[in-house]
Amino acid sequence: MTEMTAIVTAPQPPSDVNKRSLPGSILVHALLIGGSLLMLYPLLWMVSASVRPENEIFTSTSIFPSSIDFSSYLRGWVGLDVSFGRFFWNSLVISVLTVVGNVIACSLAAFAFARLRFAGRNFWFAIMLGTLMIPYHVTLIPQYVLFLNLGWVNTILPLVVPKFLASDAFFIFLMVQFFRGIPRELDEAAMMDGCSAWRIYWKIMLPLSLPVLATAAIFSFIWTWDDFFGPLIYLNDMNTYTIQLGLRTFVDSTSASDWGGLFAMSTLSLVPVFFFFLFFQRLLIEGIATTGMKR
Amino acid sequence: MNNAMRTMPAEAATVERYRGAVADSRFRRLWNANAPGYLFLLPWLLGFFGLTFGPALMSLYLSFTDFDMLRSPGWVGAANYVRIATADPKFASAMSVTLTYVMLAVPFKLAFALMVALALNRGIKGLPIYRAIFYLPSLLGASVAIAVLWRQLFAGDGLVNAALAQFGIQGPSWISHPNYSIYTLVALSVWQFGSPMIIFLAGLRQIPQDMYEAASLDGASKFRQFYKITLPLLTPVIFFNAVVQTIDAFKAFTPAFIISGGTGGPINSTLFYTLYLYQEAFGNFRMGYASALAWILVIIIAIFTAFSFLSSRYWVHYDD
Repeated sequence: MTEMTAIVTAPQPPSDVNKRSLPGSILVHALLIGGSLLMLYPLLWMVSASVRPENEIFTSTSIFPSSIDFSSYLRGWVGLDVSFGRFFWNSLVISVLTVVGNVIACSLAAFAFARLRFAGRNFWFAIMLGTLMIPYHVTLIPQYVLFLNLGWVNTILPLVVPKFLASDAFFIFLMVQFFRGIPRELDEAAMMDGCSAWRIYWKIMLPLSLPVLATAAIFSFIWTWDDFFGPLIYLNDMNTYTIQLGLRTFVDSTSASDWGGLFAMSTLSLVPVFFFFLFFQRLLIEGIATTGMKR
Repeated sequence: MNNAMRTMPAEAATVERYRGAVADSRFRRLWNANAPGYLFLLPWLLGFFGLTFGPALMSLYLSFTDFDMLRSPGWVGAANYVRIATADPKFASAMSVTLTYVMLAVPFKLAFALMVALALNRGIKGLPIYRAIFYLPSLLGASVAIAVLWRQLFAGDGLVNAALAQFGIQGPSWISHPNYSIYTLVALSVWQFGSPMIIFLAGLRQIPQDMYEAASLDGASKFRQFYKITLPLLTPVIFFNAVVQTIDAFKAFTPAFIISGGTGGPINSTLFYTLYLYQEAFGNFRMGYASALAWILVIIIAIFTAFSFLSSRYWVHYDD
């Protein structure tokens, strides 16, 4: 991963060595456009299914509905005992708190690893990298027992508190990489002038690190929004459900009866992710390219 | 001690005090040098001991017990592991489903990712748009909505069969047929080839263009250039993508859970390892047994990773 980061920071301009003949390039574009349509087709079909009259959903493979009808959204929204508004709100609270927790806790740890000298730093850094490789299944059951004993099951605490303890070590790693790229002269000079570590972190490091903080925040939000496993384990009361659990319940309880409502709510559940994608595409893609983030 | 202090000569008392002061300042110096680091690290340290290290030890212990959440854990020695290895047909089928999934999904995903990355890396017009479109499914893919959609696409009366019908092909009910259900999940994973594709694109841009210029002056064909330049220079990126995607595939959960309604059916054909672990832990409350399953998963992932790193010596080229 380190290697990749180093490589990608110095991108080359695309060369024109590979310039194609006209027919060749038309062929490539045709293939790419075909591929793009194939990639988007399921998504477009879902969106169109959500605005189709119910009787038309499965009779047509076209993505253009014959008439547009938003009643599925209304039906879906109130289709369960608890309305989808509640699920959206719960997801939003958990996701926003996760973002805050990850950004604060991970940047604190990353600052220590990247910039402070203290006994045992390399040891702890190695341990932190080691935790990146441990699948969460190993800690799953004792963590569950712990949170159950604390009386936290059916609250958002098991999903949020660990983030304030920097449990997503991946973001620490990401920030360490970024912090190391900031010129050392800056904080050495500040240290000479008697700046405390805290002030260096707060006044110098964080303002200069907005790109990496934003990347971590956006991925935190999207992954938490999409997370199914955590809520599945910790949230059993429908009032505490997130949007993912709500959708799953909707599938189970309506099976084959209200497909329009299901696709309407599915579409809505993707809206925040799609929104982030539209606005922060560059950051997301750079984040993937430089660090190899999964998904 | 008190007596000794009282009778201590004045000089000795001074030396003693001096030593104290030295120790004190040494402590202060140690404190000053290290405290900020540890204070910044405090949240992470708490998380590490409380949520990672402690629970990992606990889970190792539980894996040797019959813990069921109701009674306190009773030591059963290696019984869980013995049962996993010899007497659990569900473990065997979960393992084989997962291995099938890993072996199919990862290579296909990487192949598509590389193919599209190569097509996009020719200074093509509209690159950002194509890249965005191909990446989008990767970003959405982890959500329940996509799994729900997939279930519908491959249902008996779903879109895939409707499309096949136009060519006169009568498709099976993919999701509910044990011979095909796993392939729908493989297809879902392959559809999400966007993030390895972006990493391939980044890797391709690092290959020095003058190598191609030299090669084409020497009359090397495009295919030869790909085979002799692109592929070898890309092996570190291929390796990286393969390891990341393999580990990720071992951990897949949501699609199998949603598409099979949590059962791993039909006939365990989509019983992913993580799904089986979940069923044992939170369905049957066999927490001890599930802990053993978790450790087996760790060992298997570790073996795969170690094997990848060992094999990488023979096929990954670092230019140093």
